[in-house]
Amino acid sequence: MIVAVASGKGGTGKTTVAASLSWVWKRPVFAVDLDVEEPNLHLFLKPRFTGRRTATLEVPLADEARCSHCGACAELCQFKAITVLGTVRLTFPEMCHGCGGCLAVCPEGALAPGRRELGEVLWGRVRGEIGLCMGQLRVGEALSPPLMRAVIAQARELALRDGADLVIDAPPGTSCPAIQAVSPADLIVLVTEPTPFGFHDFRLAHEAFLPLGKPMAVVVNRADLGEEDIHGYCRRLNLPVLAEIPHDRRIARAYAQGTVVAAELPERKDLFDRLATEILGHGDVPRPLPEVPSHA
Amino acid sequence: MREILVISGKGGTGKTSLTAAFAHLAREAVLCDLDVDAPDLHLLLSPQIETREDFIAGHEAVIDPRRCTGCGECLARCRFAAVVSDRSGFRIDPLQCEGCKVCVRFCPEGAIDFPERRSGEWFRSRTRFGSLIHARLLPGAENSGRLVALLREKARELARSAGRRLILSDGAPGIGCPVISSLSGTDAAVVVTEPTPSGLHDLERVLALCRHFRVPAGVVVNKADLAPETTRSLKAECRENGAAWLGEIDYDERFLAAMTRRMAITEFCDDGPAIAVRRIWDGVSNMVSRPVRAC
Repeated sequence: MIVAVASGKGGTGKTTVAASLSWVWKRPVFAVDLDVEEPNLHLFLKPRFTGRRTATLEVPLADEARCSHCGACAELCQFKAITVLGTVRLTFPEMCHGCGGCLAVCPEGALAPGRRELGEVLWGRVRGEIGLCMGQLRVGEALSPPLMRAVIAQARELALRDGADLVIDAPPGTSCPAIQAVSPADLIVLVTEPTPFGFHDFRLAHEAFLPLGKPMAVVVNRADLGEEDIHGYCRRLNLPVLAEIPHDRRIARAYAQGTVVAAELPERKDLFDRLATEILGHGDVPRPLPEVPSHA
Repeated sequence: MREILVISGKGGTGKTSLTAAFAHLAREAVLCDLDVDAPDLHLLLSPQIETREDFIAGHEAVIDPRRCTGCGECLARCRFAAVVSDRSGFRIDPLQCEGCKVCVRFCPEGAIDFPERRSGEWFRSRTRFGSLIHARLLPGAENSGRLVALLREKARELARSAGRRLILSDGAPGIGCPVISSLSGTDAAVVVTEPTPSGLHDLERVLALCRHFRVPAGVVVNKADLAPETTRSLKAECRENGAAWLGEIDYDERFLAAMTRRMAITEFCDDGPAIAVRRIWDGVSNMVSRPVRAC
């Protein structure tokens, strides 16, 4: 099973939930950090890293001698990564999305596949029993989805060996990186908080993920904070609320000290045990209603 | 004209609450919400929308089933797993399509159309603190970086025509495409962080990004009293990275109370957190060479 922990707004507790969930998971599990821009899961699970590789993107490498400056590549490129002005051809590899179009269209064979470094894929183990796989985007690199795809592929390969489930920690937001992170999931768990920002972004995320047609469920963090009616909203849209985490200074402290809440606070472990059980029984989770709610 | 951008690396550290307070204190700035993925600034500024326009970003591939012969050329060429083949034939998954045109170019039947893609809407609005340029990306849409670039262009146009000397922008979390698009060429970045392992780790990366784009950065630690030891580490990291130390704000329930009432913290109260925020705004004003008058 693949479960993705996501949210629209950042800082609602995705990493806290993903770390504790991996910790109490009753079957072999790989924790996968797909927030490659700002990966944090390893700071809490503290794995011993056992492998790493550099992920790259194919970008065009020009052979000046063979180029006839016909402009076919520039005409096709949708990302302004290659232009031809008279007899000058310029490539901007940092703009390239790696579609391979220019290489395929060049009649002179004047473009060869080059490489742009996207970042690193790293993996390791926690306590010997929990696997961890993460990506770290190179600072200055704009495209995170290709690196995320490399991390997912690596995690699937590693997890396949011991038939492990995947718990994905997704990046915040509602656009392409967030969609990319939840796309492989069997169940999306949305972590939210009942504050105006939390509720607003939760609805944006819910709306963004609806077209994927995947079952979704909700964890309300800092549940006694704020006044937004998340429960009413979830009831109307047939979204099950699987757990409520109270606003508790001890949880905040456990997080601030870089520990896993389920490991550090025995009195909170039950909550994550129940959440894990609920998630594993996700076959009972009703499909979200296709209705798209309007919002302010 | 000066541009100030509020970013954080890690999400949920208080960017938007701080931006709203800066908007209150700056007076007469052009405001801009560049967190197009999950915009929240409008929740505090209650904007009256004056103009709205579609945001068109590139194109998307659409297979015409009547012309498609099912040869599979598009499937073989697509690097983004956007071509789906099932019993009903071939089609493009719009959520995966990158808009690269490769399938359109190589389809032997010319069966793939390439219409413009409407990815969202952008607005020019009036608020009690001045004009606001903001947007709404369609759920799951791509090209948030291009939308950010468009909003910045519109904010600059507006500032020029209205004779405003400052553009104040709320940024996105992370260090990827929308953040890079909002950061390049800005005059100062205010980085809001928190004293947690995540905050510490993410600050290092976002300050490295500011250095990469040669943007002067200043650091604010929110909820500083929750872990004074880590706050000291953040201060050291700030110094090591050549960033300006703008100050710290202690944890205060009044931030949530102000948010719930759709107010900036400096409107909501005059003491406690408002004093810290005013002091930080003075520091931000000093960062941009022509000082901006605070109220």
